Amino acid sequence: MDLKSPAVHFVQEPAPKAANDPVLKFSGVTLSFDGPPVLQNITFSVSPRETRILLGPTGVGKSVLLKLANGLLRPDTGSIELFDQDVSRMPEELLFALRTRIGMVFQEGALFDSLIVRDNVAYQLIQEEIPDDEIDVRVREALRFVELEQTFDLFPASLSGGMRRRVAIARALIHKPDLLLYDSPTGGLDPVTSTTIIELIIKQRDFYHTPSLLVTHRLQDAFTLCTHRFDPGSGTMVPLPKGHTDPNTTFLMLSEGSLIFDGSLAQLLESQDPFVRDFLA
Amino acid sequence: MALDSIDKTAKQLILTFQDYSIFAYRALVNLFRPPIYWTDFLVQSDIIGVGSLSIVVLSGLSTGGVLALQSASTLSAFGAAAVTGQFVSKTMIRELGPVLTGVMVSGRNASSMASELGSMVVTEQIDAMRALGVDPIRKLVTPRIFASIAMLFFLTIVSDACGIIGGGLVTVFMNHQNGPQYYSMAWEHLLFPEIVQGLVKPLFFGYILSSVGCFYGMRTTGGTQGVGRSTIQAVVTASVLIIFVDFIITRLLLNIFASWI
Repeated sequence: MDLKSPAVHFVQEPAPKAANDPVLKFSGVTLSFDGPPVLQNITFSVSPRETRILLGPTGVGKSVLLKLANGLLRPDTGSIELFDQDVSRMPEELLFALRTRIGMVFQEGALFDSLIVRDNVAYQLIQEEIPDDEIDVRVREALRFVELEQTFDLFPASLSGGMRRRVAIARALIHKPDLLLYDSPTGGLDPVTSTTIIELIIKQRDFYHTPSLLVTHRLQDAFTLCTHRFDPGSGTMVPLPKGHTDPNTTFLMLSEGSLIFDGSLAQLLESQDPFVRDFLA
Repeated sequence: MALDSIDKTAKQLILTFQDYSIFAYRALVNLFRPPIYWTDFLVQSDIIGVGSLSIVVLSGLSTGGVLALQSASTLSAFGAAAVTGQFVSKTMIRELGPVLTGVMVSGRNASSMASELGSMVVTEQIDAMRALGVDPIRKLVTPRIFASIAMLFFLTIVSDACGIIGGGLVTVFMNHQNGPQYYSMAWEHLLFPEIVQGLVKPLFFGYILSSVGCFYGMRTTGGTQGVGRSTIQAVVTASVLIIFVDFIITRLLLNIFASWI
């Protein structure tokens, strides 16, 4: 399907009115590292059940923005509200408790290479001193979700790049988070493996409806997320009817540290911003 | 231009010292606040303590032997060869045992801590740990510091004992002196403050080598090359600091025990 073809007119189905306040809200956030600002005056929010896809070329500050979202970095100015709490000035000790409500998938997976897959996925549960039997059940359930149950006893070094990302997704999901952050989950992977990862993200979105913020520079992945749904019957993702998009999946675009777009796929494709046009071309 | 460079370096040094002070304070406070990761403490004690045992035994034996060899000729000139045991035991227990063990363990473990934690930083494992709600200082740094302090204390005792044994072997088999005389001189002339002095030092040295190793590991930047750089900085800084702090502690303890020694 040619997503940019003028013949295809996307219909943005009305999104259900959010029952609660945004789970994540950036207000005028600016950050610099010994030089010009990496991010300037960033304002956006992520509502319950919403999946926001952050687009932008490499090195524009997408991963930095994601680390700001869960307090791994602090902004110079502006505020970041996470679950109605301002994390921009919150002491690190309090942030640890708040972060247990967030699942984060890092760019390269960031699995602990000295621990087997079971202990990686169960890391949070082990810290909470949950009984081993219960941990095993929950780890197997999470690994089954990403279709990697057979890797239970393996070390990360013996997994492929795609498998590591899937284990990282299982680790992010095991605690049933209230917000998911994906940092380029398909970066550096071949198209087939990328599709598998995107299918998992769609499955998670349509199954658990966890609000999420996904960073990517791959348009193909972003459009697939927006134009597909998970079919529980076949266990695979299927395209939405022609011209329809997922109402809860919307886009943000970063350019030179500034947010230049915030809207739906239809609005993205109709944008007259020269950078957006170039990026989509 | 040169002034700018000096200014920048001075600021960098002060900032590094400030960062280290905050880091070392946080790690120290965690020693007394739950949760304490006892399993990690035991694992690190095994790596640092048992793992360093062979190098400590070998360096202790050699140092004691060398002390006996070097001192015997000088002491003989004054007709005092009989006090070789006293010389070796006092030197080992008061000074060389703690310092040598500190430097040896620092070479082995400060480097290992810096490279291990540095690799975790550059592969985002530390960020992942924070994102999972676990404090990396409490989980990774505090058990290493705790284990280093405890193990260096015992390793120093092993080193002192090996040094005295090494000195004894050289005295008996190479200098052909009387063995029981060596051991009675080594034992009977030891004073309580000297033993205290020798056992207080490793507590500081253990803290220095582990906090410096972890500090440089945790602030690694620049990929695998950065890990190498952090490792070198950790070993050099820890070794120099141990020798410098040894001077200060010695001065302090000599003042405290002035009337005893």
